[in-house]
Amino acid sequence: MTDLSHTGLAPASLHLERLVINLAGQPLVRLDTDIAPGEILTVMGPSGSGKSTLLAAIAGFLAPAFTAAGCVRLGDTPLDGLPPESRHVGLLFQDPLLFPHLSVGGNLAFGMAPGGRRRERRARVAEALARAGLAGYAERDPATLSGGQKARVALLRVLLSAPRAMLLDEPFSSLDVALRDDLRRRVVAEIARRGLPALLVTHDPADAEAAGGRIVTLGGS
Amino acid sequence: MIDPHALWTRPAPWLAMAVLGLPVAAGLGAVIAPAFGWLPALGGTSPTLAHWQALWETPGLVDMVRLSAVTGLASAGLSLAIVMLFLGAFLHTRLFGVVRRLLSPLLAVPHAAAAIGLAFLFTPSGLAARLVSPWPSGWEYPPDYLFPGDPDGLALIIGLTIKEVPFLLLMSLAALPQCRAGERLDVARGLGYRPMAAFLKAVLPGLYPLLRLPVYAVIAFATSAVDVALILGPTTPPPLSVAVLRWLNDPDLTMRFMASAGALLQLGVTLAALLVWWTLEGLTARACRGWLSDGRRAFGDTALRWTGLGLLGAALVLIIGSLIGLMLWSLAGYWPFPEALPWPWIADNWLGALDGLAAPLEHAAEVGLAATLVSLGLVLGALEAESRRTRPVRRWSEWLLYLPLLVPPVAFLFGLVLIQTQLGLAPGIAAVIGAHVVFVLPYVFLSLAESHRRLDPRWTQLARSLGASPSRVFWRVRLPLLTAPLLTAAAVGFAVSIGQYLPTLLLGAGRVATITTEAVSLASGGDRRLTAVYALLQLLLPAAGFALALGLPRLLFRHRIGLVSPS
Repeated sequence: MTDLSHTGLAPASLHLERLVINLAGQPLVRLDTDIAPGEILTVMGPSGSGKSTLLAAIAGFLAPAFTAAGCVRLGDTPLDGLPPESRHVGLLFQDPLLFPHLSVGGNLAFGMAPGGRRRERRARVAEALARAGLAGYAERDPATLSGGQKARVALLRVLLSAPRAMLLDEPFSSLDVALRDDLRRRVVAEIARRGLPALLVTHDPADAEAAGGRIVTLGGS
Repeated sequence: MIDPHALWTRPAPWLAMAVLGLPVAAGLGAVIAPAFGWLPALGGTSPTLAHWQALWETPGLVDMVRLSAVTGLASAGLSLAIVMLFLGAFLHTRLFGVVRRLLSPLLAVPHAAAAIGLAFLFTPSGLAARLVSPWPSGWEYPPDYLFPGDPDGLALIIGLTIKEVPFLLLMSLAALPQCRAGERLDVARGLGYRPMAAFLKAVLPGLYPLLRLPVYAVIAFATSAVDVALILGPTTPPPLSVAVLRWLNDPDLTMRFMASAGALLQLGVTLAALLVWWTLEGLTARACRGWLSDGRRAFGDTALRWTGLGLLGAALVLIIGSLIGLMLWSLAGYWPFPEALPWPWIADNWLGALDGLAAPLEHAAEVGLAATLVSLGLVLGALEAESRRTRPVRRWSEWLLYLPLLVPPVAFLFGLVLIQTQLGLAPGIAAVIGAHVVFVLPYVFLSLAESHRRLDPRWTQLARSLGASPSRVFWRVRLPLLTAPLLTAAAVGFAVSIGQYLPTLLLGAGRVATITTEAVSLASGGDRRLTAVYALLQLLLPAAGFALALGLPRLLFRHRIGLVSPS
């Protein structure tokens, strides 16, 4: 069984060592860098430049058409070859992808480590919701939330799963400007607070600015 | 001026609904009166419960009902479990793609052929017993056990299951993208869920509601199947559906009163089985509510994974083993018991069958082609009409689509026979084609709807703005774009028609012999070689249909790569 009690572990760096992703034998993405705890590395580039493919490779979802060489490590743990569920890498997609068959609270509990009485789990869910300004939303149907609320629930769900690194796939692009700023601030703050290495893929220079870290541009110039 | 396209698409949905709804409703209605004693042609002029009394006093009735309900529910539960475990274990792997490609040909194996193959495989002198004899079993003579036809209906359950698994898998394949299964799986695995747990907790709750009607159809089919039950089921007493068929074919015409009551009882048994299932569904959902979000990410992943693979593998091995057995028997000269292979191999069985084969093959092909063409026209018209409107199809029309699959055929087909006699219509090939359409149409619709709805509306918008009329757009743009799915739907429809036993037998009054009716009646006789020849031929027609459906687009569009490869 996978060890999920890693919340107490010291923050780790995400190492991308001479990572090369090939499509049909042609290198698509080359990256060789370390992301320190609390740092957000922004990856920019036109569509088709392999931004999402890079995230898929780190998360363990690389499509069979691609091959990856090099090494990805999280702290001392090599991730290559591990199934996605054993990597402890939190993913935030462009769509919030809340499970429609569960309530808001159910979605959050789904992300939490198992164990604990039902009442305790519920209390943790309620606490997390309150911190995100969504107090009392536990029983709501996710479909009734606004776009910004859904995005916040998706963020909470990832954080409650206690990831050791974060991968952000244009998580702000489906929101309008005001909400985008708000969510961006929350995400940046949480990543800093928890000391998670993070990789942010985006089109939007404002995202990169808010992340405040290094910027890598893929494909083209 | 009215566009000819509209002339056809406007009534098509209504025609399709009439084709699905009317025969079932009329057929059911027509058995109610005789069941209560009213059938003037046979001297029944006063309402009575005597026929229900007679039915009730039939020896073994309780066993018949129990057999139908138990074999139906057990095979449905088993096949659903197999499919779900398999999906949970392999949805995220490449093996899934391989199984996916194996599916359509397996679905095309007609029920009767699969049942005959299974019977030959496991009968005491069958291939399975021969492979373990004389070593290690020590059997010098065929062992003494009852299979097929064991009194508990085990053979029947296995036979039904191996036919239902490919159907449920195929329906799941259509439903998976609809419930965004891939994304659900990725999110759950990203949160640390093992694949099986991710599937059961994150995908299944979204997938099952989409599979509900297909599962109900499976239960309805399994509780009332006639052809499979005739070949694999016990005989004394038989499952209820077989008993009803016997009563309504009884030379004593007054038995038709009791047969009507039996047909209604069959409907009741099927409905009761559905009710039991529906109750279990509710209880399961309630029991799982807390479990879904308790955060446990792994449980028996490996064990469930191997169970899924093992069960699906067993189903595949059974189907393929059955087919090999059929081929061996059809070519067997001398084949004494413990020998695993016949010797010499001869073509006499095939050559000897040739004389009798022409008519059944011709009938089957004729009925199949006609029923498929009619269904295709109606389905395409209904889908075109749907694509012109913006509002989605209503839910009840989906239930209507499943109506012929949810009501036991033996119940409403017999009613249709009664109507046929009373109106003085001649039983024959036209009536058989009509009855086949009722069963072919739903499958053609299920097969075509997804591709048709996915067709990018911008093709039509583009063509219209280039000045093409709706008819022209249909014939020159939409139809060519849909060639491959259309041919597949046609092949599915043809295969369904070829597999039909009961409608052919009843509406043709036994005078329209097809390859399937011949195969089923041969199966109860002793000539295994001839039966194998018929079962294989029964398989050959749909296989040819699928080969054509796959090959034709590649040939027609060999210079149009964009049309042939999936976009």
